[in-house]
Amino acid sequence: MSSDEDRPSSVSRPSLFLERQSYRRRRLSDAARLLPFMGAALFAIPMLWPDSRSAQEGVTLSSAIFYIFTCWAVLIVASLVFGFAAGRMTAQDDSDPETDQWQR
Amino acid sequence: MATLNVLILVCLGYVVLLFGVAFAADRMAAAGRGAWLRSPLIYTLSLSIYCTAWTFYGAVGNAARSGLEFVTIYLGPTLVMISWWWGLRKLVRVGRSQRVTSIADLISSRYGKSNTLAICVTILAVLGGTPYIALQLQSITLSFSIFAEADPSGLYREGSSVFWVAAGLAVFAILFGTRNLDANERHHGVVTAIALESVVKLFALLAVGAFVVWGVAGGVGPMMDRIDASEIGQWNVDAGRWTTFIFLSAAAFVCLPRMFQVMVVENADEGHLRTAAWAFPLYLLLMSLFVVPIAVVGLDLLPEGSNPDLFVLTVPLSQGNDWLAMLSFIGGFSSATSMVIVTAMALSTMVSNHVVMPIWLSTQEGGGAVSGDVRNVVLVARRVSIAVIMALGFFYYRLSGGGAALASIGLVAFAGFSQLLPALVGGLFWRGATRTGALMGLTVGFLLWIYTLLLPGMGGALMPEVVLHNGPFGWGWLRPQALFGIDGMDPMVHSVMWSLCLNTVAFCVASLLSFPSPLERLQGAQFVNVFDHSVAPRRWTGSVAQSEDLMIMTQRILGAVPAQEFFQAEAEKQGGRASLPEPTPAFLERLERELSGSVGAATAHAMIGQIVGGSSVSVEDLLAVADESAQLLEYSSQLEAKSAELTRTARQLREANTKLTQISEQKDSFLSQVSHELRTPMTSIRAFSEIMRDTDGLSAEEQTRYAAIIHDEALRLTRLLDDLLDLSVLESGQVSLNVGGDTLRSVLDRAVSSALAGAGHTLTVQRSKVSERIPLQTDLDRLGQVFINLISNAQKYCDAEDPILTISAHDVGGQVVIDFADNGSGIPPEARSMVFEKFARVGVDKAGGAGLGLAICREIMQRLGGEITYLPGQGGAAFRVRLPMAYRQAAQ
Repeated sequence: MSSDEDRPSSVSRPSLFLERQSYRRRRLSDAARLLPFMGAALFAIPMLWPDSRSAQEGVTLSSAIFYIFTCWAVLIVASLVFGFAAGRMTAQDDSDPETDQWQR
Repeated sequence: MATLNVLILVCLGYVVLLFGVAFAADRMAAAGRGAWLRSPLIYTLSLSIYCTAWTFYGAVGNAARSGLEFVTIYLGPTLVMISWWWGLRKLVRVGRSQRVTSIADLISSRYGKSNTLAICVTILAVLGGTPYIALQLQSITLSFSIFAEADPSGLYREGSSVFWVAAGLAVFAILFGTRNLDANERHHGVVTAIALESVVKLFALLAVGAFVVWGVAGGVGPMMDRIDASEIGQWNVDAGRWTTFIFLSAAAFVCLPRMFQVMVVENADEGHLRTAAWAFPLYLLLMSLFVVPIAVVGLDLLPEGSNPDLFVLTVPLSQGNDWLAMLSFIGGFSSATSMVIVTAMALSTMVSNHVVMPIWLSTQEGGGAVSGDVRNVVLVARRVSIAVIMALGFFYYRLSGGGAALASIGLVAFAGFSQLLPALVGGLFWRGATRTGALMGLTVGFLLWIYTLLLPGMGGALMPEVVLHNGPFGWGWLRPQALFGIDGMDPMVHSVMWSLCLNTVAFCVASLLSFPSPLERLQGAQFVNVFDHSVAPRRWTGSVAQSEDLMIMTQRILGAVPAQEFFQAEAEKQGGRASLPEPTPAFLERLERELSGSVGAATAHAMIGQIVGGSSVSVEDLLAVADESAQLLEYSSQLEAKSAELTRTARQLREANTKLTQISEQKDSFLSQVSHELRTPMTSIRAFSEIMRDTDGLSAEEQTRYAAIIHDEALRLTRLLDDLLDLSVLESGQVSLNVGGDTLRSVLDRAVSSALAGAGHTLTVQRSKVSERIPLQTDLDRLGQVFINLISNAQKYCDAEDPILTISAHDVGGQVVIDFADNGSGIPPEARSMVFEKFARVGVDKAGGAGLGLAICREIMQRLGGEITYLPGQGGAAFRVRLPMAYRQAAQ
């Protein structure tokens, strides 16, 4: 993890534990970072499906399309939500507007 | 019926629109307006040059052949985008802080600014990019030909149309890609135009898809049934190809030169990645949403054997929906043009920066120090490179005949570009990665890619059947598509696996075994720990504060009035509304030039970079700054040395002048003294001789007295003249020494008695006769003369009531030292430096000698190898006579 997000929220009085709210936000951004691994796992699942050449009853293309596009959409929405949440979190955490304007 | 003419008109109109958009965007960016040009939306849309004509037309063709496999090409980039926090963020930050201009530049600067590496990457990029451009030309030509078949006039010529398309694209890329040389290599015009194009192609594909689903199939449910009922209705994707292609497209998404150009080089703000992380996958999803339906409907509706790659066009045409087909054509045209333009720009930057410029600079006398306008050379080199790259694409297309060999070239190019991945990722995350490792990895991967994929794919001409089936020289384990005897793999999977695996192994092993240069290690640390070294860049829009900072800095360097005048002039140039100019690139460029006149180019660049933000100071900057400061320091220390020397010389001159003036004064006073001295005896001699001549009857007594006076005066004259003569003889060095041996004591005895002879014994001489037992071997008469002179001086000038002269002799450090000190008031300090000069006399009123005594003493002592000095601080006048011991030892 990069160093900037482990910094305590209060610069003036550093404390070991975070407030409940910032703790939640931080775990949210962790989730955002884990998203690609979840995506890779989801997209790896079709490899387990029986191949139409070997099995009698293969997976129909329509259900395959449904599965893949649903996973895809879920990833996009998750990325959108996590991205915004993480962005707000960093913006609030680093209250210094000089250096972190871009994160808003 | 949409004829070919209408199509061409629409095309031309569309191109004019693109020109207009690009031109307007450039103007707005130059004027510092148009913040939306740098919005995340434009950034996201510009990323969609990933979807080329190959994906626009080819995805449907791919789906018609192998079902859902096409979607892998979109899933890879999706995964890369949603993991932006891990990878792309770092890549963009590095690109910005190192002012990277291309992927070749990035890799070369990571590995110690190695130009060899940059040239390798450039060659790889050109080799992989040329067929890719040819593929785009092919897709445009193919889509033209679809309309041409329907056109009764039959005026269409395939060859000429390809040429004009290629030429037109080259002109567009040259016009907007090389208009100016920005330090950041940003091209707002081109980016805005390709953003517009990506909207057009998405809209076109969605329109065709909606038409197919709701217009032809009659809704989503029937469409799904139709899909399942079609010949591709079962999931039949090979697991190896599925994984490989997802990985390959992810790698290519980062490594493709055109993607690097829009993603890293044209990036205006890191924060845009946050938006693109979800918006770009959404774009990809929409692009692929209707691909399978279009393919299925195409397979259903169109006759057997029609090209599935063109279903996007032919399905609407077959349904009589010409305008939809036209829209779809424009969509494909957009995909092809935007890709070609950006690729040509990116490749030309690499070629000009890493191939042409090094050669040009090395042919110039004096290397990089030439004052000629390098910028013009760079611009010309880029323009020529673009033309050459487009020509290469054109000829590749003509030579390959535009056949099926081209269709697979998209993935082949992906595999080629992904060979950069180990060097790129290793460079960003592993400090131990070295230049040798990167070179080895690239070479291995590149050669394997050519051997296992490119050559077999190009057919019999370059890779004979025998080699393909039996391996070179009959070595079966080297068969291009079954290396090490591992047979039965898909050729694509086989090639990607071997080339990337061995590439990575070579990269790691060579990195571990080699030792990086200092610059490499420094750059490695800067790249890997980029978040520690650089701050997030500030926004461009907070610009007034920047202008103020710039103003303050400029005042410090140029001085207040010139700086204010410069800023005033710039503000007027920009429209004159504000008192401070906007920090537009043009203004910053001029300011940098202005400052570099005072502090040096590198320093000026670094200073402005610090204030305007965006880039941290690179090692190169620091080296250049250090160079400049070292030159300045050296120059100033030279000046200092010279000025110290001048000061010294001036002091010496001043001293010499004072001395000369004093001597001149002394000489004047001596001349009057000498004439007086000569006149006084002469007068009495004349007077008495006249008396003796003219007066009769002088008594014998009187005659004797007068004659005695004349005699005395004549003696005095003689003595004076003797002294003068003695001095001149001593000075001219013609004196011959009469060396004899005796003790100091007897020399002093004789000197004291002869000096005090005749005078009343008013001077008491104190001596320590024991210490005077020093044997001497020198000219005793001359030494005695010196002593006599010193003693009689004391007798004459000592103003004490009870004058005492103390003579003491010592043996100091191998020299005989004899001090003569009296108890008078001594010689005033200002006269001390003059006492040994000729004609010098202390106090003119105490007449007695001609002021030659001490001058003669000094000359004598010099002849004897010793010296005589005034000894201050003894209460009265004191002189010290030194004689070298050599004379004494010679006597023993």
